[in-house]
Amino acid sequence: MHVEEKFTDATWPAAPETATLEGKNKYLGFWLFLGGETVLFASLFATYLALKDKVPDSGMLLAKDLYEIPLTFAMTMILLTSSLTSVYAMYHMKNNSFQKMQTWLLITVVLGFSFLALEVYEFNHYVHLGHTFTSSAYGSAFYTLVGFHGAHVTFGLMWFLSLMLRNAKRGLSLYNAPKFFVASLYWHFIDVVWVFIFTVVYLMGMVG
Amino acid sequence: MSTYAKKQGFGATLWDFMTTVDHKKIAILYLISGGLFFILGGLEAMFIRIQLAVPDNNFMSAGVFNEMITMHGTTMIFLAAMPILLGIMNAVMPLQIGARDVAFPFLNSLGFWMFFFGGVMLNLSWFLGGAPDAGWTSYASLSIHSQGHGVDFYVLGLQISGFGTLIAGINFLVTIINMRTPGMTYMRMPMFTWTTFVVSALILFAFPPLTVGLTLMLFDRMFGANFFDAAAGGNTIIWEHLFWIFGHPEVYILILPAFGIFSEILATFSRKRLFGYSSMVFATVLIGFLGFMVWAHHMFTVGLGPIANAIFAVATMAIAVPTGIKIFNWIFTMWGGSVRFTVPMLYAVSFIPSFTMGGVTGIMLAAAPADYQYHDSYFVVAHFHYVIVGGVVLGILAGITYYWPKIFGTMLNETLGKFTFWLFLIGFHLTFFIQHFLGLWGMPRRVFTYLPGQGWDISNLVSTIGAMFMAVGVIILLINIIITSVKNVRVGNDPWGDGRTLEWAIPSPPPFYNFKQLPLARGLDAYWIEKMEGKKEMTPAEPLGDIHMPNGSIIPICITFGLFVASFGALYNMDADKPWTIPVIIIGLLITFGSMLIRSIKDDHGFHIHKEDLMDDKDKEVKA
Ligand code: HEM
Ligand SMILES: [Cu+2]
Repeated sequence: MHVEEKFTDATWPAAPETATLEGKNKYLGFWLFLGGETVLFASLFATYLALKDKVPDSGMLLAKDLYEIPLTFAMTMILLTSSLTSVYAMYHMKNNSFQKMQTWLLITVVLGFSFLALEVYEFNHYVHLGHTFTSSAYGSAFYTLVGFHGAHVTFGLMWFLSLMLRNAKRGLSLYNAPKFFVASLYWHFIDVVWVFIFTVVYLMGMVG
Repeated sequence: MSTYAKKQGFGATLWDFMTTVDHKKIAILYLISGGLFFILGGLEAMFIRIQLAVPDNNFMSAGVFNEMITMHGTTMIFLAAMPILLGIMNAVMPLQIGARDVAFPFLNSLGFWMFFFGGVMLNLSWFLGGAPDAGWTSYASLSIHSQGHGVDFYVLGLQISGFGTLIAGINFLVTIINMRTPGMTYMRMPMFTWTTFVVSALILFAFPPLTVGLTLMLFDRMFGANFFDAAAGGNTIIWEHLFWIFGHPEVYILILPAFGIFSEILATFSRKRLFGYSSMVFATVLIGFLGFMVWAHHMFTVGLGPIANAIFAVATMAIAVPTGIKIFNWIFTMWGGSVRFTVPMLYAVSFIPSFTMGGVTGIMLAAAPADYQYHDSYFVVAHFHYVIVGGVVLGILAGITYYWPKIFGTMLNETLGKFTFWLFLIGFHLTFFIQHFLGLWGMPRRVFTYLPGQGWDISNLVSTIGAMFMAVGVIILLINIIITSVKNVRVGNDPWGDGRTLEWAIPSPPPFYNFKQLPLARGLDAYWIEKMEGKKEMTPAEPLGDIHMPNGSIIPICITFGLFVASFGALYNMDADKPWTIPVIIIGLLITFGSMLIRSIKDDHGFHIHKEDLMDDKDKEVKA
């Protein structure tokens, strides 16, 4: 199959993301990239665990004094839902229904932005409590781990948006289907990382 | 694309190389820039040895000496050895698996430019207020307190070039998994392709910890974070862990390709298939796996405790098993073969004992209690130079000589090659053998001078003289390269006469699409099999048809250049008197992300070489 080929619903392949060699390469390459990203986050998690609650003087706030489980639980739910909506988008991509895919992607993006907004609120809140990037080793490690994730979310949103805008007028092809697909893989990955952050940082932060 | 064969002016050639996505040209770029950095690192080494030649020397100050050893180690590992190996992989691996290019030609070019700009960035430090001086390992306890911007150059330079390496690793993995020619099963892949494969996986998993370590260092030094500041709750050991979780796999990233090169050379010039091919594959994979389990052997004296030390000591010693398998397989490959001592073969034969000596001292170091004596002494310096120079550098010299005709279409002079070989080999042992004893006699590493009368004087002088031998050897190699290029005597497909693998079945250098028709691999040493049946060419696996090729692009340079600019902003951001840094960061990032956006918005479908054009040039060949 060829990238510039025109398709009808009937001829559209079941797995458009891997129908061309370019697509196959992108798909595999991106999975490998996520393998590297996993090690990256693992290193950040390890650093965070080593520096958790390491502060210069005993008056400073620690994990159990800071974290707000209701807020972060809401963030978790929002991000998990956005993963689900991106699955719907990919479902429609595989059925060659471009508009429905765009709609679900838009919902995904909106959810992503609300997650980010809550994160900004959360960070701002902590900063006002005196827990900053430079206040302690704990602060540096916290903002670096969670902030790296937040940066990934931001990049993912930009990626979705530029794909949606770029292809708004011309619909799906075997050229852009792999692009949509790997962007959604990236989104799932971000989501999984967040599940670990919620567990390791926030939940385990409450038990001390 | 008939422009391919035309003679071009200098500007056009330059533009061609700046925009190329052809793996063979990118290989040449890697070799040239890696070679230049190798010369630079070599000069630094000579200065170090001159300073240490006699006691109480004042050839350079202690501060400059620290910069010199830091830059020597960093340059040699990140900017010379690795890029040259990546260059050879780029040149050879796609040909060995019968592919027309790598999986991501655009990323291939991006990876090169990132390495290149990262290297330039690091070396600009010499002119912009002083080079990094905390050692190539840049332990946080030193580097956090290092004055000036040297360490910042280290952090940003390595960060950028590290991304480049990571990209190359992913690219090679996908290429090998997805782009093998029909019949080229995994267990028919040439050994060099196998080592490229395993090394790429190591790169993929080893570089992210370095990225994180460098990021933490960057945050500490430039943005006031406290990761390594004990007073604010930080911990410098985190850096050591992150660095060595990267650092030990890194030494295998360096040595495995050399193993691959030697496996090819030994089989070729023994005119025998590689002995124990499948056990070689197994050993390579096992070394790659174990390579991740041993990083704390660099930290035995940190005080991780007896249990941690014991576990890491045993794991480290275990690596000797697969390495030993390889050594014996190489010896058995030569056994009973009709051996031809060409220059690459000389390197290969001398590599075996030289590298084994490095392995033996490695096992000595792996004994944790004994390491308390060896650690941070010249014994360690001797160990890693035996494995790196006796393994990696001999591998590079052998690989360059062996693949020179395939890459450039000319044959290096064998006589001059033998001069280089002997000078280099003798110089190498002269320089580093005695350093084992210097270490055992108590000379610490990383000292800028020493007092007379401690029994180290003569040995240090001997070591310096050895270094001169190596330098002369390299100079003769350069002369050899110039003479060969000027004479420009073209060679055919299989200039060594005994090529076994696919790359020797096509012209030297290959046409830009590599294979007119993808070849059918009917077994290990696919080309040799055809030769044994009296054929001159590979059996094609497909009818002659249109070939799809990617377009060149200037965007990789633009993306990298943006990062380069932004890095300068970040670097000077900590100086209060430089308000221009924030705009510079923003402009740099805009260039980078803007170029990325252009790349993703502009469709690039590549182009086709038409069947008719391919037939034309086949006819031409027949006439000539
Ligand atoms: C049998 C295999 C090997 C073993 C058991 C081994 C063991 C060790 C040990 C225990 C150390 C730490 C010594 C200390 O600092 O006190 C060390 C250092 C080192 N090894 Fe190896 N090694 C082996 C192979 C290699 C190879 C193949 C390379 C590179 C191609 C290599 C490169 C290095 C380097 C660069 C250092 C010094 C790092 C530094 O502190 O600057 N080693 N090795
Ligand atoms: Cu090691």
